[in-house]
Amino acid sequence: MEARLQELKKEALGKIETAHTVKELTDVRVAYLGKKGPITDVLKGMGKLPAEERPRMGALVNEVRGEVTESLDARMVILEEQAINEKLQRETIDISLPGRPAKTGNPHPLTRVVEEIEDLFLSMGYEIAEGPEVEKDYYNFEALNLPKGHPARDMQDSFYITEDILLRTHTSPVQARTMEAKGGEPIKIICPGKVYRRDNDDATHSHQFTQIEGLVVGENIRMSDLKGTLSVFAKKMFGEDREIRLRPSFFPFTEPSVEMDISCFKCGGDGCNVCKKTGWIEILGAGMVHPNVLEMAGYDSKRLTGFAFGMGPERIAMLKYAIEDIRHFYTNDVRFLTQFQRTEL
Amino acid sequence: MLVSTKWLKEYVNTQQLPPAQLGEKITRAGIEVDAVIDRSEDLANLVVGYVTECSKHPEADKLSICQVDVGAGEIDQIICGAPNIAKGQSVIVARPGALLPGGMKIKKAKLRGEESNGMICSLQELGIESKLVPKSYVEGIYVLPEPVEPGTDVLSYLDLDDTVLELGLTPNRADAMSMLGVAYEVGAILEEEVTLPKMDYKESTDRAESMLTLEVDAPEANPLYVAKVVRNIEVKESPVWLQQRLMAAGVRPHNNVVDVTNYVLMEYGQPLHAFDYDSLGTGNITVRQAKEGEKITTLDDTERTLSPHHLVITNGKDPVALAGVMGGANSEVSDKTTTVVIESAYFSADSIRRTSKDHNLRSDASSRYEKGVDPNRVIPAAERAAQLLSELAGGEVLGGSLVFDELDKQERIVKVSPDFINSRLGMKIPLEDMLDILSRLKFNTEAANNQLIIQVPTRRQDIQIEEDVVEEIARLYGYDEIPATLPRTDATLGGLSPYQAKRRIVRHFLEGAGLLQATTYSLSSEQSATQFALEPTETTRLLMPMSEERSTLRQSLLPHLLESLAYNTARRTDSVALYETGAVFMKGQDELLDEQEHLAIVMTGLWLDHGWQGEKKPVDFFVAKGIVEGLAEKLGFELSFERGELDGLHPGRTAFIMLDGTRIGVIGELHPAEQKKRDLKSTIAVELNLATLLTLETDALIYTPVPRYPSISRDVALVLSKRVEAQSIEQVIRKAGAKLLKDVRVFDLYEGEGMEEGKKSLAFSLTYFDPEKTLTDEEVNAAHDKVINALTESGAELR
Ligand SMILES: [Zn+2]
Repeated sequence: MEARLQELKKEALGKIETAHTVKELTDVRVAYLGKKGPITDVLKGMGKLPAEERPRMGALVNEVRGEVTESLDARMVILEEQAINEKLQRETIDISLPGRPAKTGNPHPLTRVVEEIEDLFLSMGYEIAEGPEVEKDYYNFEALNLPKGHPARDMQDSFYITEDILLRTHTSPVQARTMEAKGGEPIKIICPGKVYRRDNDDATHSHQFTQIEGLVVGENIRMSDLKGTLSVFAKKMFGEDREIRLRPSFFPFTEPSVEMDISCFKCGGDGCNVCKKTGWIEILGAGMVHPNVLEMAGYDSKRLTGFAFGMGPERIAMLKYAIEDIRHFYTNDVRFLTQFQRTEL
Repeated sequence: MLVSTKWLKEYVNTQQLPPAQLGEKITRAGIEVDAVIDRSEDLANLVVGYVTECSKHPEADKLSICQVDVGAGEIDQIICGAPNIAKGQSVIVARPGALLPGGMKIKKAKLRGEESNGMICSLQELGIESKLVPKSYVEGIYVLPEPVEPGTDVLSYLDLDDTVLELGLTPNRADAMSMLGVAYEVGAILEEEVTLPKMDYKESTDRAESMLTLEVDAPEANPLYVAKVVRNIEVKESPVWLQQRLMAAGVRPHNNVVDVTNYVLMEYGQPLHAFDYDSLGTGNITVRQAKEGEKITTLDDTERTLSPHHLVITNGKDPVALAGVMGGANSEVSDKTTTVVIESAYFSADSIRRTSKDHNLRSDASSRYEKGVDPNRVIPAAERAAQLLSELAGGEVLGGSLVFDELDKQERIVKVSPDFINSRLGMKIPLEDMLDILSRLKFNTEAANNQLIIQVPTRRQDIQIEEDVVEEIARLYGYDEIPATLPRTDATLGGLSPYQAKRRIVRHFLEGAGLLQATTYSLSSEQSATQFALEPTETTRLLMPMSEERSTLRQSLLPHLLESLAYNTARRTDSVALYETGAVFMKGQDELLDEQEHLAIVMTGLWLDHGWQGEKKPVDFFVAKGIVEGLAEKLGFELSFERGELDGLHPGRTAFIMLDGTRIGVIGELHPAEQKKRDLKSTIAVELNLATLLTLETDALIYTPVPRYPSISRDVALVLSKRVEAQSIEQVIRKAGAKLLKDVRVFDLYEGEGMEEGKKSLAFSLTYFDPEKTLTDEEVNAAHDKVINALTESGAELR
């Protein structure tokens, strides 16, 4: 019996050694240690032994059992690890395959520019004012110091609907409306929106385009405040090292009027094709609100003063990204639109 | 305005500044110099030649063989193809080695066997535009109007050694529409004095009144009229210097009389007109409003029918000029003219604007009248013209002038305090600097009691109020000197309105959902203006559209957005999803339109394209519906959908988007016919009234504690008629499920093989939940049985 046990042990250890898979090893466990296995059989046969032999044999059986179990467990650890490794091997994927596309839409480039400007002024305590695109001649022209027959009306040929109603030619009527509504109170607003002028559409002209204007009215608003505000704007939009320069100009609704140039963001001022070799790029028009405009909106122009500025997001986007044709903004070619996906921060 | 710097130097010292620098200074002071044009660019080695012999080329009809004296006794043979070449002419010769525009270099050549040592030039070959070349020289070479020493340098003789500044004038600076005006501006910038043209000529003892009478019957439109008479003139070509100054200024030379009027126009900014005295026939000039239906043939050979608001110059009977706009053909100065009447007048801007608009006639004269001429230059300009005519046409100027004068020529007084100027600018400019600037501008100023009393010359009509003076001081002091500060207003909060903030949320949601933002035109054709509009109104057309395609304000965003879609698919981008927010324009209650902000979405092609893992999802109704539902959820209210039909959309695949029982939008697949018409494949379109959504106030967000008890779900699969809509079943379920039923969700739809004709299988997953306790199986079963009963009662068959 003892010999049989030793034989079984040798046999089992041998099979454990040669088991190559978890399954084979489990089979060995069942075969040798299971309820129907030979070791159990030996145990069952113990009844036939004389009583004094039983404890020794019992201990021997347990010893064999223990040794086989130990060996099995040790082997099992190895085989399981091996099995896992094989599984991982099998599960390896081609990580170079493309991912499942996440949805990525993006704003129109003009929205991108407008919101960047909006956010800057919002952070400086401005509100955003909006108004109708179909406007009264009064708000579009007269309230802005452009009475009927004023020569400056020639500058902007308009789309009239009736003699008194037209598609607004600039966003300035929003300023006039806001001033009228505020009834003499201080104002700090930005007015973005679509505007329309009689122009044949080509690479640089569009009968519909966008404008964004700003207006500040308050006590003792000075031209230096305008210059400071525009300087903050230029640095934020076009880079910290931008310089600005003001040139005298003319707009009927401001006096004095200026045009603002920024030092060229491409060449830094040395002269290149973007700045037409001047080192400066014209960005916007501005000025101190004309007293007539203030008075017409019910403001006491002796007590309150203000400044206003206005610019074209199309022009800014075209300059910033070297876009060659203004019509791109309105044809919505996805090969154009999707280029304005990523952030530039 | 084109300003010859060479000509300008006659009135003001430009301190030998290179023209580009002068231009920069002018720009920085307020008049933008758009271009600096070097008239001698690409020109070199051009000399005056004298044609001593000229004969036909034996081998070529159109060529002449010329012997040309090119100076220093040198005679060169030059072949010339111009029809007007002749012996005895002084001409422009480009000798071998000369340069002409476009990089052309002149070399010796043989033309049909004959040697040619250079080229005899036309003005166009010197880079002068055809429209500026005197008519008689357009087709050939330019012949100098007077004999010139052969070998003379052409560039200096023709004043081509000149640089022209092109000024981009704003409407307020009408004063700079003349050489003298520009001289005053440059004088103020450079701190130089202005020299006015010398006026010394002799007048005859015979008086103008002896030949001419003057009557003005329209003093309002014509408050000042001056006429001078010059007789015994010889009409001929102007001297070279005059022709070249006109060409530099962008005016074509004609003859000495016309050229003088144009020259004075450019010099003084005062329009002049010359009448042929004999053609007037009456010795009378009468200015009056035209009679209804009266006719005049103007210098451009166009017959024009007049009405009483047009001002005319007549000979006492018939119109001889459209006042201030264009002369009449019947009194035009010709080669035979010996006596001329020079008109210098002040016509009101309104009158000229009306006439020029009615007849669609814009001239150098009318554009100056429209912006307002200087009342104090009307008389000097007439005298200047008389002087030039006596000099250049050998004319005899009759004594005195005929004058009608009711014009106010007073200089305006503007009072402003130095403190006002400094407070508006945010600067501390010393008083003496202000006074210095005003004196440079030639504004007579008195400083008293902290007040500047400024007498503004009439040439500066734009200086009217204190702020105008602020600008004058600032621009000449230098805008660079203005410090940069920020407004010291009370701190304002600013920020987006709820509407604006929600609009941004909508945008970000849609972009996150994978849509690209588009922008299209608001103007469309009349025909497509109302297509897809839920509640179209009467359309709004422009009075004068530029094209039918852009004639009418849109009432839906979809037509243009679908065009953008088709634009992309035509360029082989098959999968496109766009959205746009923008105004549509409905007829409203008052004169303004009812502008509503709408949102539209269009999509075609694949919504998800992930083929290698077997995922390819084409765009369909439900993709769009999901986006709309998600949007509503984001904004915090519930939308429902109601089957509907709209022209252009698939009748079985269209739903109205409902908010509290009101239609606020539509979602649908494009009708196959519409798709075909637009050259699109299967396309889904959505449009909704965004303003309605964004105006709604959203409920406050209320937190409910995270459930402490689990929920339990049960599935039910039903066989239904295909016509039964899921929403109606869901309503039955919700009603029967009562309080314990927390959620109902469709999880399967089967319509394929094995189903009875006209039937479908629809499976729902129901979630039961009690916030107070863990539900027992019995409780859930009881609730679920009620649902099942209700479903069976409603005619659904359990599967
Ligand atoms: Zn540059």
